[in-house]
Amino acid sequence: MATLLAPPSTSLTLPAPLALDSGQRLENVTIAYETYGDLHADKSNAILVCHALTGDQHLASPHPITGKPGWWNRMVGPGKPIDTSRYHVICANVIGSCMGSTGPASPASDGEPYGMRFPVITIRDMVRALIGLLDTLGIERLHAVVGGSMGGMQTLSLAANFPDRAARVLAIATTARHSAQNIAFHEVGRQAIMADPNWQGGSYYGTGSIPDKGLAVARMAAHITYLSEAGLTEKFGRRLQDRPDGTRGAKSFGFDADFQVESYLRYQGLSFSDRFDANSYLYITRAMDYFDLAEEHGGRLADAFAGSSARFCVISFDTDWLYPTADSRAVVHALNAAALPVSFVELSAPFGHDSFLLDVPALDRVVGGFLG
Amino acid sequence: MSLRPDLAVIAQHVAPGSRVLDVGCGDGELMSVLRDDRQVDARGLEIDPAKVERGVSRGLSVVQGDADRDLANYPDDAFDYAILSQTLQTAERPDRMLDELLRIGRRAFVSFPNFAHWRVRLALLWRGRMPVTSRLPVTWYETENIHHLTVADFHELLASKGVKVERSWFFAGERESGSAGANWRAEHAVYLLRR
Repeated sequence: MATLLAPPSTSLTLPAPLALDSGQRLENVTIAYETYGDLHADKSNAILVCHALTGDQHLASPHPITGKPGWWNRMVGPGKPIDTSRYHVICANVIGSCMGSTGPASPASDGEPYGMRFPVITIRDMVRALIGLLDTLGIERLHAVVGGSMGGMQTLSLAANFPDRAARVLAIATTARHSAQNIAFHEVGRQAIMADPNWQGGSYYGTGSIPDKGLAVARMAAHITYLSEAGLTEKFGRRLQDRPDGTRGAKSFGFDADFQVESYLRYQGLSFSDRFDANSYLYITRAMDYFDLAEEHGGRLADAFAGSSARFCVISFDTDWLYPTADSRAVVHALNAAALPVSFVELSAPFGHDSFLLDVPALDRVVGGFLG
Repeated sequence: MSLRPDLAVIAQHVAPGSRVLDVGCGDGELMSVLRDDRQVDARGLEIDPAKVERGVSRGLSVVQGDADRDLANYPDDAFDYAILSQTLQTAERPDRMLDELLRIGRRAFVSFPNFAHWRVRLALLWRGRMPVTSRLPVTWYETENIHHLTVADFHELLASKGVKVERSWFFAGERESGSAGANWRAEHAVYLLRR
């Protein structure tokens, strides 16, 4: 186990078992979370931020394993667009993950890790757990729920299934439905993990070997989908790595990481397996693939939002081909059809899907403006 | 408030507390006035992302979109008023846009520059040149106005569609110019229409 470079999160156990979409029940659900900024006495100033697939609750404070700054440090803090001097910002690790909330690495009732005995969960199940957290914290109505990518799916699911719980819904670089292409990329990742002999049917905990190679390949494939072609070209082009023997930028006529982009992806893959659990990756990608908000509500997306009275803001990026603008527009059209107040903007940024995490000043202005 | 005269007329005549869609809302100037002074539930549609961004930062609900295509996504009778100010002449098909406005809104405000104003006529008659005036400030090759129209043309379109005019206002410069001889005297016109 890696040494912790920062303190672990606060956590609590939900008082009741969680009824899941699969029909199963999850007992003793632990939720690990971080908060930033003071909560008013009337609990009216809470903002829930939902994290993405491989994200976690370390929104604006250092990650305990990598020591890196919080993943949305540039967005969340005093005087920042999500202003912690005005709002009480909550970010919780989703169930199924591996940063302190109940997931496949957590002990089941027999004391052994769940492994593949962990029930398959959905985005709505993640949201149910977040609502359980809010209930326990006594927060009835959020000032806003905010999220990008899978976090955005949770914001939409929360708006649809718990319409009274948030006054504002901010969904960034996301979709109301995972496409065939999205599912296909996830399946590549899952198959890479399950093809790693160290995966051992998911029961690798305590065996001294983890499916780090498979997980690294999964991360490499996924990482490509988070970037734009123009971004990759600008960052790496066809530039070659310096060889280990000091030769500058030469082809090896072998299969080492000749190109800088190969070296970059290998590093991304390897460092990912230091901080993320392979089974969590299987479960969370599955939850995303199952996500189809219209299907949950009789096939018509507008009906999903029929009970809502929230204000919505939807943001897409012109270089995001993972969740393209058309996906956001489908959400906006449904909200229009449900006569709900909605803002939408497609922002121009070179970073592909990852734009929501990176330096896009227009994003800061829209987020700050919408949250008020 | 220092709204453009056509916007000021619209702001004064929107019923307080109503639901409004401002098509081509820019950075939300009219919407802010409607919201703050007349408690209107205002929504906007705007094609320019920088203007959308400014509207959203004013706390308005603005959707980035193209009026030629995206009005189709709003349900029938969604609004008390649909507003189209100085945009009709830029539409791909102004006649279809008018249909859409009066499908989405029970009433519509439409304003446009009058291409039969005497200065425009003189520019064509004497100089033989496409006019560049205060209301039509852009050269023919740069202008977004692809379907110039006159007050008389608009009346004919309304008649052919059976659209009723509840009120109309005509302006020369910043001042109202009255309806007599409007097709000569008005630089721009504002109409309140209903089905």
